[in-house]
Amino acid sequence: MKLDKVLKLAGIIVGVAIITVLAIWPVIPNVKWIPFTNLIKQGLDLKGGVYVVLEAVDTPDIPVTADSMKQAMAIIENRVNAFGVAEPIVQLQGSRRIIVELAGVSDPDEAVRNLIKTAYLEFKTSDGKTVLTGRQLKTAQEGKNPQTGQPEVNLEFEPDGAKIFAEVTAANVGKPIMILLDGQVVQAPTVREAIPNGKAQISPYESLEAAHNVAILLRSGALPVKLEVMEKRTVGPTLGADSLNKSIVAGLAGCIAILIFMIGYYRVPGLVANLALVIYTLVVLMIYAALHVTMTLPGVAGFLLSMAMAVDTNIIIFERLKEELWSGKTLRSAIDAGFKRAFVAVLDSHVTTLIAGMILYYFGTGPIKGFGITLSIGVLASLFTAVAMTRWILQLVAGTNLIHNLKLFGK
Amino acid sequence: MSLRESMPFHFIKLRKIWYTISVLIILPGIISLFLQGLNLGIDFSGGSLLDLKFNQPTSIEQVRSVLDEFGLEGSSIQRSNETDYLVRTRELTEDENTNVVKELSDKLGGVTVQRSERVGPVMGKELIYKAFQALAVASVLIVIYVAWRFELKQGLAAIIAMLHDALVVLGVFSIFQIEVGSDFVAAVLTIIGFSLMDTIVIFDRVRENSLNKKKGEALEDIINRSMWQTMTRSINTVLAVLFVLVALLLLGGTTMRSLVLALLIGTLSGAYSSICNASPLWFDFKRMETKGKPKTAKA
Repeated sequence: MKLDKVLKLAGIIVGVAIITVLAIWPVIPNVKWIPFTNLIKQGLDLKGGVYVVLEAVDTPDIPVTADSMKQAMAIIENRVNAFGVAEPIVQLQGSRRIIVELAGVSDPDEAVRNLIKTAYLEFKTSDGKTVLTGRQLKTAQEGKNPQTGQPEVNLEFEPDGAKIFAEVTAANVGKPIMILLDGQVVQAPTVREAIPNGKAQISPYESLEAAHNVAILLRSGALPVKLEVMEKRTVGPTLGADSLNKSIVAGLAGCIAILIFMIGYYRVPGLVANLALVIYTLVVLMIYAALHVTMTLPGVAGFLLSMAMAVDTNIIIFERLKEELWSGKTLRSAIDAGFKRAFVAVLDSHVTTLIAGMILYYFGTGPIKGFGITLSIGVLASLFTAVAMTRWILQLVAGTNLIHNLKLFGK
Repeated sequence: MSLRESMPFHFIKLRKIWYTISVLIILPGIISLFLQGLNLGIDFSGGSLLDLKFNQPTSIEQVRSVLDEFGLEGSSIQRSNETDYLVRTRELTEDENTNVVKELSDKLGGVTVQRSERVGPVMGKELIYKAFQALAVASVLIVIYVAWRFELKQGLAAIIAMLHDALVVLGVFSIFQIEVGSDFVAAVLTIIGFSLMDTIVIFDRVRENSLNKKKGEALEDIINRSMWQTMTRSINTVLAVLFVLVALLLLGGTTMRSLVLALLIGTLSGAYSSICNASPLWFDFKRMETKGKPKTAKA
């Protein structure tokens, strides 16, 4: 028995144990990155939220231009920010598509409806002439009518708008003025007297929240183009949490089955492989955390499959090791020869799977991309841990001279 | 005595049997693909999906009667349990969607939308196009890699084994009309990757054994020996993958089920094809080359 190697081995095990705890346990409170698995983002299918692809379509009156798309993007961003969710994503895809991802909104369908509303505000006189539009609006704020207590939206016009508003109201005393939103008459109050201060109210609304939504839309401005929903996926928070729990349970069960199988079948090397697998899992989780990979349900499957691949790599190596032992080599030279010969097969098989993973990442969208990236990262990590870690630890175990019975290595 | 020494049967000599088994498994699937095709989910065909949880036990008839009000008679209504339903309809606009949910909630005592998806027909077409593009690019790159590392004929044999697995999975999903979505594409590509991995481990062993072959050993015997030598690995690896997949199938959420099912079938098929198709096919290709006359190779 060689003490230094035993100590080294013990050091590795303790080190792995510490990192494992850091990975899953909030040992130090108030440190945001501990456990570091917190840094891995959860996809919408695990957290709940909405993913929507909007496309601008030409209408006879308004064609889509690069300029109007820019404006539309800015308006959508304004509206998204008003939802107040963490880390919303708004991105332009191609020249006409806008992808929006919102996590943790309570009513995703309502959110989508508010995104695509044109929110074109008009004031028309009784003879149908448009006198003011949302463009002259300075701000819009929800509030409660001080007299009646009913929710309403308070409008305030820019100076030029206020001037027009004053003139129009003065000219229309006793007549109605129509307030239209997206071509529909919301209200048609009768003008009692001229309004010089550029302020107006729209009411009544069912709730303060409804008034709030309209105010947001009016503040963010009217969309310059017509947007249509091409694709929409919403997941409620309960279903997301349920999926997350189930995949964690399923993942753990699968992993434990693999760990038991490896020890049962391969004995000492199996034990080493299990240590290597734990290291593999930690390495992969760290890469996910470092790259801020978004974990989706297919991503979980990709991760578990890459784990099975890491197991396969170990199996290839151990089968080789057995053969070398059978051919009468000593343990140490058998380990060296086994690795050397297994490496070619391991490399080729990993490269081909990597090709499939990268192509999924490149061509896929949303969750499929997630699957491609977790699979690819997993394949690379598997190559590293199985070849570097398993070999090193196996040599270390052999070097301790603790185990003399080669049967425990599979001979 | 271990399998690698006993070698209970000769893989290459029995290859006609393996080809026949493959054909027997694939043929019904292909016929089904032609006759009824795949049950394309809304990801491909476009449409809307609602995953609903009612507050009280609800019957299919109740759900259907509400949908009928909106002219959605052709919708598919799938009941998971007393309160959970999956409803698939033609593509609904946001307003239609809101009205349907409101009506369901009002008439049937409250409902929560757990998941709602809407896919326009354009997106579905793009997905199909991208799926085929991905498959084609992956196949070409893999053939190039295998041809570079091994030889072209092995690359071709590996791709045929790969297509075999894709067809088996497509066939099973067509026969049982299991719905396929975008994750199915991911499943098929992963299956291909796995099948290839198995094939390559065996090819690698053949390559090595050919370099130090025994005197007078024929190619078919080298291949056979290589296959038996890698047999334990092939079995153990499939077992490891199966552990994970069965756990996901039994304990994972319903949203992942068709992905996992496809992977499960594909893994089994991949293990079979890499042993029973890829190397025997390569052997037949080699024979054509050396004898210079075409031989019939089924599969």
